[in-house]
This record gives sequence, C-alpha cells and structure tokens, in this order.
Amino acid sequence: MMNVNFEIAKTHLLAKPRQTLIAMLGVTFGIGMYILMISFMQGFNEFLEDTLLSSTPDVRIYNDIKTDFSHSILDEISDTGKVMNVIHHPKPKDITPNLKSSSRIIEDLKKDERVLAVSPQLATQVFYVSGPVQINGTLSGVNILEEARLTGLQPKMKTGKIENLLTIDNGILMGHGLANKLNVHVGDMISLATPKGTAMRFRIVGTFQFGIGSLDNIKSYVNLSKVQQLVGKDNQYVTDIGIKLKNYDNATDVAKEFSARYSYKADDWKTTNASAMVSILIRNVMTFVVSFTLLVVAGFGIYNIMSMTIQNKLKDIAILKAEGFSSGDIRQIFLTESVTIGVFGALSGLMLGFVLSSGVYSLPFPKNDFISITHFPVVFHLKHYAFGMGFGIITTFIAGLMPSIKAGKIDPVAILRG
Amino acid sequence: MDDSNKYDKTKASLSGRFGGATVLSARNLSKSFYEPEEFQVLKNVSFDVQKGEFVSIVGKSGCGKSTLLYLISTLDTEYKGEIFMNEKKVTGLSQNELAHFRNEHIGFVFQFHFLLPEFSALKNVMLPAEKLGKYSKSECEDRAYEKLKWLNMDKFALKLSSKLSGGQQQRVAIARALINDPTIMMGDEPTGNLDSTNTDIVFDILKDLCKSKGQTIISVTHDTEFAQKSDRIIEMKDGEIVKHEG
Repeated sequence: MMNVNFEIAKTHLLAKPRQTLIAMLGVTFGIGMYILMISFMQGFNEFLEDTLLSSTPDVRIYNDIKTDFSHSILDEISDTGKVMNVIHHPKPKDITPNLKSSSRIIEDLKKDERVLAVSPQLATQVFYVSGPVQINGTLSGVNILEEARLTGLQPKMKTGKIENLLTIDNGILMGHGLANKLNVHVGDMISLATPKGTAMRFRIVGTFQFGIGSLDNIKSYVNLSKVQQLVGKDNQYVTDIGIKLKNYDNATDVAKEFSARYSYKADDWKTTNASAMVSILIRNVMTFVVSFTLLVVAGFGIYNIMSMTIQNKLKDIAILKAEGFSSGDIRQIFLTESVTIGVFGALSGLMLGFVLSSGVYSLPFPKNDFISITHFPVVFHLKHYAFGMGFGIITTFIAGLMPSIKAGKIDPVAILRG
Repeated sequence: MDDSNKYDKTKASLSGRFGGATVLSARNLSKSFYEPEEFQVLKNVSFDVQKGEFVSIVGKSGCGKSTLLYLISTLDTEYKGEIFMNEKKVTGLSQNELAHFRNEHIGFVFQFHFLLPEFSALKNVMLPAEKLGKYSKSECEDRAYEKLKWLNMDKFALKLSSKLSGGQQQRVAIARALINDPTIMMGDEPTGNLDSTNTDIVFDILKDLCKSKGQTIISVTHDTEFAQKSDRIIEMKDGEIVKHEG
C-alpha cells in the first residue's frame, strides 16, 4: 500500500501540473547543462592528455647543462688568501650534453619493475635543407621499436610504417607538418645539416602526426647510430632516456627518485607539459563552477516554489494536523514533493544532457593544422551521469528542506481560528 | 464555593442521566495570551463530558470558548491544568503522541469546512483512516463510502471537494470526522457558515448521530437555537463557566 503521505504529495504535484513542470525544468536544464559541459570539457581534457602522453615519455632523464661559471678552477690551484682571480665573461669549452655511462643507467632501469619500456635517444638541432630553403628543427636518434613502445608513435603514422626505418639504411620518419613545408613525400631524399657543419642525406620512409604543431612541424626520427654518426660521437653517446611506466600516475615520484639515483635531471610528463596541465585544471574548475551555479539557481527556484506552495496550503496543513498528521508527516509530504521534482527533473536532465552531448559529438571540428581531430571530443562516462543525478537530488532535498521544516512547525490553532 | 466542589456537583448531576463513562475531564484549565498584551483567556475551567452527550459551549466572542475547544482537542498544548480523555491523561504528551491520539479519538468539524481541495470527497474522508493504518486501503474506502452514504453524500463521492456546495462540503467534513469512530466529535461553529436550511440539516445529522449511534459531540456555537436543542449548554463569560444547563 502506498504510504498516505506519498499519496498526498503525489496529489499535490499532479493538481498543479504546470507549476510542477516549471520547477522540474529548472533542475532539468541545470543537470542537462552540467552533463553537456562535463562531457565536452572532460572529452577535450582526455583528448589533450592522450595527445600529451603519446608524444612525451612518462619520465625523461637528461643532462641539464649548467650555465653558472662563476666558480673558476683557478681558485682551486691558487691561494685565494693572497690572490684574487678575475675572469671576465667566462664561457664553457666543449661541454657535452650527453648522459655519461648511459648504458649502465639503461641496464639499471630495465631491471626496475615499475618501468615498462626504456628508450635512449640522441637529440640534436638540425637544418632541413631543401634546395635554397633551410628549416630549423630537431632530429631524434632512437631505437625506433623502443621509442614506439614509449610514445605510441605507431597509431600516429600518417604515411609509411615505422619498421621502414629498420630496413632502409638511411631512412627518416618526418613530422607531417614539416614534410608539407619541405614539400617532400615518402621516397624523397632530404639533406640535414648540423650547427657544426656536418651534413647527411636521408630518405623519407614515413610521416607522423601527433596533433601537436610544435612536434609535427619540427621533429624527425632516424636510427640512433645515424645521429651519433652525424654529430661525430661514439655509440654510447645519448642525451636523453625516455621511460614509460606501468602506471603513469606515479611519474612525479618516480622522476624524483631517478633524479636522485642517477644525479641527472628527470622530468615527469606533468612537468614537461605543465602549461597544458594548468589549462586542464582550469577547464575542470570552470566546468564545476558553472554547473554548480546552474544547479544552485535551480535549487533557489525550487525553494521559491515550495515556499509559495506551503504558503498557499496553510489551511490544508492545519487541517491535516487536526486530523492527526504529525509535524514529521507534514515535513515528509513536502520534502517528498521537492525530491520528486528533483528525481524527475534530474532524470530528464540526464536525457537532455545525453542528447545535447551526442549532438556536439556529431559536430565536425573546425579544420586545424595543429589539432588532428575530425569531430568535437565528447566522453560519455557513467560517473558523470551518476554525479549529476545525485547532485540534482541533493540540491532539491536541501532546497525543499527549509520550507518543509517550516511547514511542519505551523501552529494549526493560529490558522484554524483565522 | 471552591472549584473542586463545583466539579463534584456537576458530575453528580450528570452521571445519573447518562450513566456512561466519563470520556472527557477538564481540570482547572487556565490559559493566558501574552501578545499583544497579557490577557488571561481561561480561568480555572473544569468540566466533564459523559459518553453519548451532545454538549454546546456558548458565549460571546472573546469569552474563551474557542480557546477551550482547542485545548480539549489537544491542538493547543500551552495551558495550565489537566485534561483526561477516556481516563487517559493527555496533558504532557509529546506532539507526535498527540497527533496519533487526535487521529484515533477526535473528529473535527470546522466552520469553514476545510476540505482538501485537490482531493475527491471520498479521499478527504479516507485520509484520516489511511493515516491511522488500522484498516487496509479497500476497507478504508468501504468505510468512507458507508459514512458518506449515511450522510446521503455517496453520489458525490468521486467529485472534487472544491466543486461541492457549502452544505455538501460540511456533510463530507462530518463524514471525515466520523471515519475513525472517534471518542469525541468536536465542532467549531459547525453551522456558522451555512444558510438556515443547511444548518437544520447539519444539526439533524449531529442530533441523530448522538441519539442513534451514541456519538459524543462537543460543539462551540453562538447560535442559541442550535445550543438549545443540544443535551447540555456550557455558557462561558470572561474565561469562566457561568452557567451549566443540562
């Protein structure tokens, strides 16, 4: 049997369908907009995070060159009590930015059970020479199979295959934007020159597109030995070690530990992409602030309508109390009304949100050289819908609570006497 | 003559006639209002009501008769003195206990009908029974139909209560007051808002209830004609019982 309090609440709600509907629409729009915003923002964040993660290793160990030369070796050999050494404009000579004993570090890292893959690389500045045009860029010498495990290069290939790098002696994988600028395609030859004057010719065996302009427009991959050859160094010479972890959320702690253990600088992916991480954070905060505001406004609407309803029903409340309904019963009746508005409003809000975000998902993304997506990134996470539902119900509960408590406290005698 | 003597005398004069149990005893009820200024509206009021009596409380407006009714109906709990109903002390019970007590033992009929406008006549009558929870829903419905039929209102049972005339509404209100077979039916000017024809109908119903079903009725009224026809009149003036006719 339906509880008599619920029955009264139901009758009240159905007796004024328009008012009930308007109160519900407030919640519907609030929740709908929340779902739309969170799905879209989260989609964009996830897309961005995915892009960042696929283009940067979880942890990168490199030699951070110091530029502080105020301390001179002369001070070590002379008596500073009597002599003062002054050197104007000190400059380094023949500093090598490589990681010393890199092979030992790599061996050690491969034994670490948190590490999934290790890829040594040698990065250098190069000029891409195409006839009279010279474009400044970077060249990474890698073991391409290890690098692919690290960065997810494989699915980002636009033309060609990464394995081509292994089969063709002087192959090069080039950023798609860069290849376009140079007007070269798979099979074409390209000359590379280092700042030190050495030069080499490579054959393009593939192009990749990470979707990040700062990589696609300047970067190329060749085999590690080729770059060592190009810069005239031995086969132990590497400048960076990229590491992929089993759990990339640990990157910050692991980077700190590696930095201390190998006494080289180690950056986690969050540090490397600090500005992007900040924008992700800002988008998250914004989404919650806007959604919260929408729901609070809806809550005030419900508060208003419930207060008005109770004001109009003073006589009914008095009569119910005279008939034997307690203060708790009266509270339950009006709280039920407001939470019912919340439940149905939130449910239709979830549907509205789903329809709207599906609509946004099907929109084509404006064509863009820097971001390689075809439509707006939207995610459909159950937890967002559960949160929206919960938040809608809690808001309406709180909004209905105060008027309901007030209704429960109404003194029937004062009203019945007129 | 002190209060206790007055009470004993009343009891002695009435118990013989009705011979039934005392369903209501009011003992030394006093009440003051403090707003806008202190004013003692009831002064040491004591009286008893026997089962099956039809009692009218009369007096000029402001004499405290309505206040007295709200005290004995347990709606108003701020007073000095004690109230017993069915030999149970109701003074000092919690609000929730009182609500349940009212539900089971008291039926109200007010001057302005006070039916719930969104509900049908039948539902209005059923609600107190459903609240009591003693009967199943279908039993509640049967009982409500039975009461409405007795009041000749069964053909309007499914009509929205706000669509009924004043006299019809008051009869539905009486049916509602009776649904839980209350110990006492309390009326606050039950005919005060009705024309003479309907006043007669309502009075005849109450009288019949009292006679044929032994329903105890306490009603506040300033309609002297109405009061004259009841079993007993308690006349009040300035917060005191000045005349007790029966």
